[in-house]
Amino acid sequence: MAQVSVTHLSKAYRQYPNRWLRLLEWFLPISKSKHSLKWILQDINFHLSSGDAVGIVGVNGAGKSTLLKLITGTTQPTIGSVKIEGRVAALLELGMGFHQDFTGRQNALMSGQLLGLRPLEIERLMPEIEDFAEIGDYIDQPVRVYSSGMQVRLAFAVATALRPDILIVDEALSVGDAYFQHKSFSKIRSFQELGTTLLFVSHDLATIRSLCPKVIWLENGAVREFGETKEVLDAYATAIYAKNQDVVGVEKRSLEESAVKKEITHQKRDSRLSFINNSNLRNDIQIFEFNKNAIGWGDGGAKITDTTLFDTDGVPLSWIIGGEEVVLAIEAIAMQDLSNVFVGFMVRNKLGQNLFGDNTYLTTINEPINIGKNTVFKTTFRFLMPLMPQGSYAITSGITTGTQLDHVVHEWIHEALFFESHNRYSVNGLIGVPMYDIQIKELQSNF
Amino acid sequence: MDLISSTKLTAIYRYRGFIFSSVKREFDSRYRNSVLGPAWLVLNPLAQILMFTLVFSQLMRTRLPGVESPFGYSIFLCAGLLTWGLFADILNRSQNMFLDNANFLKKISFPRICIPIIVILNSCLGFAIILSLFVGFLLISGNFPGWIFFAIAPIILLQIFLAAGLGMFLGVLNVFFRDIGHLFGIVLQFWFWLTPIVYPFAVLPDWAQRIVMLNPMTPIMISYQGILVQGLPPIWFSLFPAVLLACALCFFSALLFKRLIGEMVDEL
Repeated sequence: MAQVSVTHLSKAYRQYPNRWLRLLEWFLPISKSKHSLKWILQDINFHLSSGDAVGIVGVNGAGKSTLLKLITGTTQPTIGSVKIEGRVAALLELGMGFHQDFTGRQNALMSGQLLGLRPLEIERLMPEIEDFAEIGDYIDQPVRVYSSGMQVRLAFAVATALRPDILIVDEALSVGDAYFQHKSFSKIRSFQELGTTLLFVSHDLATIRSLCPKVIWLENGAVREFGETKEVLDAYATAIYAKNQDVVGVEKRSLEESAVKKEITHQKRDSRLSFINNSNLRNDIQIFEFNKNAIGWGDGGAKITDTTLFDTDGVPLSWIIGGEEVVLAIEAIAMQDLSNVFVGFMVRNKLGQNLFGDNTYLTTINEPINIGKNTVFKTTFRFLMPLMPQGSYAITSGITTGTQLDHVVHEWIHEALFFESHNRYSVNGLIGVPMYDIQIKELQSNF
Repeated sequence: MDLISSTKLTAIYRYRGFIFSSVKREFDSRYRNSVLGPAWLVLNPLAQILMFTLVFSQLMRTRLPGVESPFGYSIFLCAGLLTWGLFADILNRSQNMFLDNANFLKKISFPRICIPIIVILNSCLGFAIILSLFVGFLLISGNFPGWIFFAIAPIILLQIFLAAGLGMFLGVLNVFFRDIGHLFGIVLQFWFWLTPIVYPFAVLPDWAQRIVMLNPMTPIMISYQGILVQGLPPIWFSLFPAVLLACALCFFSALLFKRLIGEMVDEL
């Protein structure tokens, strides 16, 4: 039995060139309509049965929030219908309309009633709510003194105090700290097992992977894909990266294909790579386009025109899986004659910590490189991309002449290339190093 | 078309807890962080009554025909001002009710009809407090008109329906055209002076009486004043146009509300 049935759901906002025309349309119903329709969602169809968990992804403005609002009944559809069976608890926005001047307890009572609970029921559930929210004495303080994390804790605790038949969660939870998120997710999972249908909107693909077996990908108000999480998210990620890179025709390479290729070309690899890559533990690293407007410095003797990551076959990468071999290419043009050129890069994490990097100095120390004015030159570094903890990273690239100790910087770009790591496999430390071999052996028995 | 279907009524019943706590919450929040608290509820009309008594009764020596009590004019004023206060309060709250609750409407799904109900109950709560103080004053000063007093109940009910219907209409329109709020502030001023509240209807010249009689609030006010000042039963027939108007307004507003509620949430 379908618990959520969405058929031909479409939503449009009326737009009038000016307010007088709206008035005219109201009072002269015979005249032709003066408004134009701005379609936010068009012809959405899906059916979810009890226990389904579906993630909804899409770029900003794709219609995710509107879809959720239509499902909860906050806004009315223009065409089509939503049929819901069971009690819905929705965590659409921070605080669920908490009144700032009232205490957490009073607000909890109010929100509970809005969710369709009776005051006595809420009274009975209050200890559990307090327990789950873990905001201590703040429960009797006005909500205005709460941090946004505390508000979301309380809101989530109230919304999930009684298992809803349908749970709808928008970005809201991302405000909570890691501990609370973890706790919320396990609660959501336990609800799922008991038959709660989950609709979950997030930009955090890793969370969606862990919670939802199915994903709806919304694009420009329509369902672009609806299916198995892995496939839809791969397609989604590829499309996003392709858009970022402005590359036409970045194809979705099947994992098997690339795994086979690596088997042949590279001998040295993390022995767990093929297992990791085919599980949801893989370390997806998303790469953005060379940042032309990045801030840099230098005397202008050379100009970096491109910084790109390639695979070993020379195909530009929009995303890679940590633990595989990549080639970093730095292209530059000499604005003057350069002697003793050396080129370097550094990978930094979000906190600006230098993780790893290298330069051409030692390689070229015996045969210094000289480059004439207006010459375009390309430097490549081939290396094993480590496994990266989740987060965003930047590659700094630079061109200098001289020696490592005494040199002139011609150009140094701080954030030439960004990449982002989506990691399900926990990496301990700043980076993970591929393990060639891991073994446990019994050496001797004491008995 | 059934405007208030049985499902709607059960929805209201199911959300009664929400409605009552909203009323309580709004009442609380209005006087929270103030030292005198709900006393402000009374101080406002009290100041108004003192002012009008002073200006009209003492300075301008207005006398009510056939009333000798020293409190005569004050009671006459209370009869009009307090009930007009309820009328104006419902209207003022109603025209902003959807705008004020925009966040609620946009984010949470609940029967939307709760909002006007909360607004009306809130106004009535304030009025009930003022009215009971007024009754206390009447009893202590020996001016209580007796059983006839309870004749004001159906008139108050009529007035509430009139205000609710009109308020709902203004509230819905105000979402689309914010001019309504500004415009109606002015209209309400004129309306006040075109209603025999601070002056007795009888002192008006004939031509003015004919104009003022077109105002549906006039017979309502005359009835209150008759009951409370002279202890006279109202001329029920004179209230008939107001009843008709209240029914029409409520019906039309409910229709408008039902038709536009979806678009309203989009517009907020």
